[in-house]
Amino acid sequence: MYLLSLHDPQMPHDHSDHDALDGHPHTLLPSDPALRVKALETILTQKGLIDPAALDEIIETYETKIGPRNGARVVAKAWLDPAFRTALLADATAVVSELGYYGRQGEHMIAVENTDAVHNMVVCTLCSCYPWPLLGIPPTWYKSDAYRARAVREPRKVLSEFGVTLPEGMAVRVWDSTAETRYLVIPQRPAGTEGLDEAALMDLISRDSMIGTGLAATP
Amino acid sequence: MTRVHDMGGRFGDGAIVPEAEDAPVFYKDWHGRALAVTLAAGALGKWNIDISRHGRECLSPVDYASMSYYEKWMAGLTGLLVDAEVLSREELAAGQAIGVSELAGKRMKAANVASVLASGGPADRPSDVPMAFGVGDVVRTRRVNGNRLVDGGHTRLPSYAVGATGRIIIVHGTHVLPDSSAHHLGDAAEPLYAVAFAASELWTNPEHPDDEVVLDLWQSYLDPAA
Repeated sequence: MYLLSLHDPQMPHDHSDHDALDGHPHTLLPSDPALRVKALETILTQKGLIDPAALDEIIETYETKIGPRNGARVVAKAWLDPAFRTALLADATAVVSELGYYGRQGEHMIAVENTDAVHNMVVCTLCSCYPWPLLGIPPTWYKSDAYRARAVREPRKVLSEFGVTLPEGMAVRVWDSTAETRYLVIPQRPAGTEGLDEAALMDLISRDSMIGTGLAATP
Repeated sequence: MTRVHDMGGRFGDGAIVPEAEDAPVFYKDWHGRALAVTLAAGALGKWNIDISRHGRECLSPVDYASMSYYEKWMAGLTGLLVDAEVLSREELAAGQAIGVSELAGKRMKAANVASVLASGGPADRPSDVPMAFGVGDVVRTRRVNGNRLVDGGHTRLPSYAVGATGRIIIVHGTHVLPDSSAHHLGDAAEPLYAVAFAASELWTNPEHPDDEVVLDLWQSYLDPAA
């Protein structure tokens, strides 16, 4: 139906033209969102297309297993081990895969490192692309219109709303995730952390610091 | 030409509300359910990620702007299921299935969830399209934006970066072209680059002279800047 043009026989048109005739299919479902999800789940289960136990497993996975602790472990290793850091910056997908952090929405990973000269920050202005295997499901603010609209145009004002003020002379580089590449920010290692081991360092590395809207905490 | 999802640089959205590190992953039970239904339905293999993104973008501007995040996911998914003829409008209206689907054998089982999520879906593909640019090359994005294959179709060049001059900083290899893949027209893989643009190239009043925005852009979105 994508190819059934209503206007121009030479050029396929987008299928929203079709929906304009019959109404978008979502309007057939209950308007209350919880009931709407339930209705879809019920129909798909009756059709043999989804297993409610698999849904439970997906939810449990992203609530308890795949989250920002994965990314924090990668960052702590990069702080502790120069060879790991070099390898991570050269081919992050290969390095995080060895740690078991390959997967959906993390197929093409790139690590970007904050320095005294540049602060990195990640956004997806077109939707909500985010490195799931390393950081889990994105927080609500990351998916908000305000962040998507403003992060590229006024990153410093956005940072100030997270309580972050950068030193004079530090540039901001905002990465808009427009393809399937996913970006992990390596925050700067704070002073006074010289003797800390991986677990202690991980506690300083917040989710926001790996998106670039925060800094690593000081001990 | 534009769609409401293409909101980078827009004014008027107000302040951002940060969340605690230990904030819930899903604030409501139905949020997690919506995500899980979407992933499980995607595993049936009837659409790819570009088709599913485009499905959300095809919501009317009023719906897109007024729906919450997971409401958009549910509405987008409903459209995909009907377009792919997995579900019928009659079934949606009745709230009841009419028979078991012939796709039932592809149902994601609970025991396979971990392996499905860990296997991912890489977007790099071999391509015959010669690499036109290298790191350091200066390029300009096309000045008239939009999908060249399907009028009003999916594309990944944000409006704020149209007609802008930047420089290649990473060559990512060759990746599936969303403009084709989102419309069942094949992978059409071509070179993909990270392109850095000075903030002053994009915004009327940039915050700082040294700031940059980097976008991942396909070769067909770019021309050499003489």
